[in-house]
Amino acid sequence: MSFISYLKDGINLGSIYAIIALGYTMVYGIAKMLNFAHGDVIMVGAFVILTAITKAGLSPVLAIVLAVVLCTVMGITIEMVAYRPLRNASSNLAVLITAIGVSYLLQNVALLLFGADAKSFVTVIDVPSLVLFDGQLTIKGVTIVTVLACIVIMIALTLFVNKTKPGRAMQAVSEDREAAQLMGVNVNSTISLTFAIGSGLAAIAGLLLCSAYPSLTPYTGSMPGIKAFVAAVFGGIGSIPGAMVGGLLLGIIEIFAKAYISSQVADAIVFAVLIIVLLVKPTGLFGKNVQEKV
Amino acid sequence: MKKKNISKTSRNNLLNYLLVLVIFAVVQTLSSTGNLSNLLTGLLVPLCVYIIAAISLNLVVGFSGELSLGHAGFMCVGAFSSALFSNAMADLLPSVPRLIGAILVGALTAAVFGVIIGIPVLRLKGDYLAIVTLAFGEIIKNLINILYVGVDENGLHVATSSADLKLGEGGKQIIKGALGVSGTSALYKDIKNYFFLIGVILILITLFIVQNLVNSRSGRAIMSTRDNRIAAESVGINVTKYKLLAFTISAALAGVAGVLYAHNLAMLKVSTFDYNMSILILVYVVLGGIGSLRGSVIATIILYALPELLRGFSTYRMLIYAIVLIAMMLFNWAPAARNWRSRVLEKLKNRAPGKEAA
Repeated sequence: MSFISYLKDGINLGSIYAIIALGYTMVYGIAKMLNFAHGDVIMVGAFVILTAITKAGLSPVLAIVLAVVLCTVMGITIEMVAYRPLRNASSNLAVLITAIGVSYLLQNVALLLFGADAKSFVTVIDVPSLVLFDGQLTIKGVTIVTVLACIVIMIALTLFVNKTKPGRAMQAVSEDREAAQLMGVNVNSTISLTFAIGSGLAAIAGLLLCSAYPSLTPYTGSMPGIKAFVAAVFGGIGSIPGAMVGGLLLGIIEIFAKAYISSQVADAIVFAVLIIVLLVKPTGLFGKNVQEKV
Repeated sequence: MKKKNISKTSRNNLLNYLLVLVIFAVVQTLSSTGNLSNLLTGLLVPLCVYIIAAISLNLVVGFSGELSLGHAGFMCVGAFSSALFSNAMADLLPSVPRLIGAILVGALTAAVFGVIIGIPVLRLKGDYLAIVTLAFGEIIKNLINILYVGVDENGLHVATSSADLKLGEGGKQIIKGALGVSGTSALYKDIKNYFFLIGVILILITLFIVQNLVNSRSGRAIMSTRDNRIAAESVGINVTKYKLLAFTISAALAGVAGVLYAHNLAMLKVSTFDYNMSILILVYVVLGGIGSLRGSVIATIILYALPELLRGFSTYRMLIYAIVLIAMMLFNWAPAARNWRSRVLEKLKNRAPGKEAA
């Protein structure tokens, strides 16, 4: 039973990674940049929910809505202020370093506002646990909600990207930015929309992450953020099903590494997976192979 | 008019050495006249560490054009290998040759790691390369965190836990996992006061190596791979070879920075060499100007010393770093800001002769 119980934990963690990875993969696919600050938006979302419930006394649902709205606005603002001016810069390093700066900025603002000590997260998702096999296996309510949320988000996003006009505009921008612009796609607003969706998802990921691991510090988001990027690369960056599969696999690998090898080297194993994937199949499991033209 | 014989680059290089020497002379004068507080004196050696690290990172970011986010990992390798060397050789060698040996061991080990990591990493580009260097930095940190090394009459013992070391009589543990290495600085009590001088000498050596590399045939090849990889390849430059060269030398120099760091401390812990340290060094490089060695030196001095001097300011230090980092990138790299800057410069140029005429 311990194997199944680890598998369950892995799927829970993996679903969270998958939701975060979606934000990375969409932004990377469309704006062609690694949004280093994505992980820290998760932390901001979690802090907003915590503060809204404990300090302002809002109901959990209102708090979640507030967090999603705030993170969405923040995502759009970050893109407009910090990333857009650098979109046509001569060096790709410029926007990457700026993104690191934004990540640092968010962490340090949170540090000033909330302090460095870990806050315990409130119970927001109150769903009864599911007991199977005469009590041998208990699936927590949070796990069920997380997995369901992940599936719903995945389906909704796939439909959005493939069936709606803004979704198809995203695909066009991702394929060829100049050509899309010539065909009448508003590139700026499409990229803003991508950041909005990614950041809104990050707020939900923050809720789910802190519900599963209820300890919140200004640095909570950075490690899961980086690991979710690993998951996005694993699944093939730019691909929505890839992010889902990559996230789940990575979550399971991490929990199994913790359980069967050593909890101290689990991170090292996760990163080793990234390196192996990039060396063997740089485009990831679901990625497209694009030849570089001169 | 003798100066005309010296080329512009060598004059530039000499100016960099001169800058370091002048700063050293100023600090020495201040310290000998008793104008330097204990707090500041304690900062001098770490400052040297960060200057060396910034110069070496600039070689990769500025001249080779790849973003490395795992620089602290190489410092970590240099620090731990050299601390191991110093502790193991404590009774065998007097302190000066031991320190030189430790520096060489640190540089060499870091260089070996540079090659091992560089070969797979440099097959990648841009963002992927950055995230993989970050991953390697974390892996190094994770592995040293569970590394236990001890020494007894049978030689070195390596294990992943304290109990597995199986040391003989009189053996001692040197690297104790997450607890790190303790007592390295105590081995160098006799030359402790010269550490700042040693740091300055190491800065000069680092500058010498990097400047000569950059202005050599290999250096131009490295820069050509940065400016246009495909064009460089098509004129017969072995891109991987030159990128690996820059990466390895940078790793070795970061290792030297790590050696200095380790030998100045009573307690060396692996947790110091985290991702934040890599970012901090990157901030120094970016603020000083990507590709400008003098900039790296000056920016490190200002950014490292200033917040320590203004004590109350320290809460906001990282916040200000972050804002400075973003603002510098936008100002230096955004096409709109660049156009604006060149327009302003143009105007100033046009106005200056006009004023003289009037």
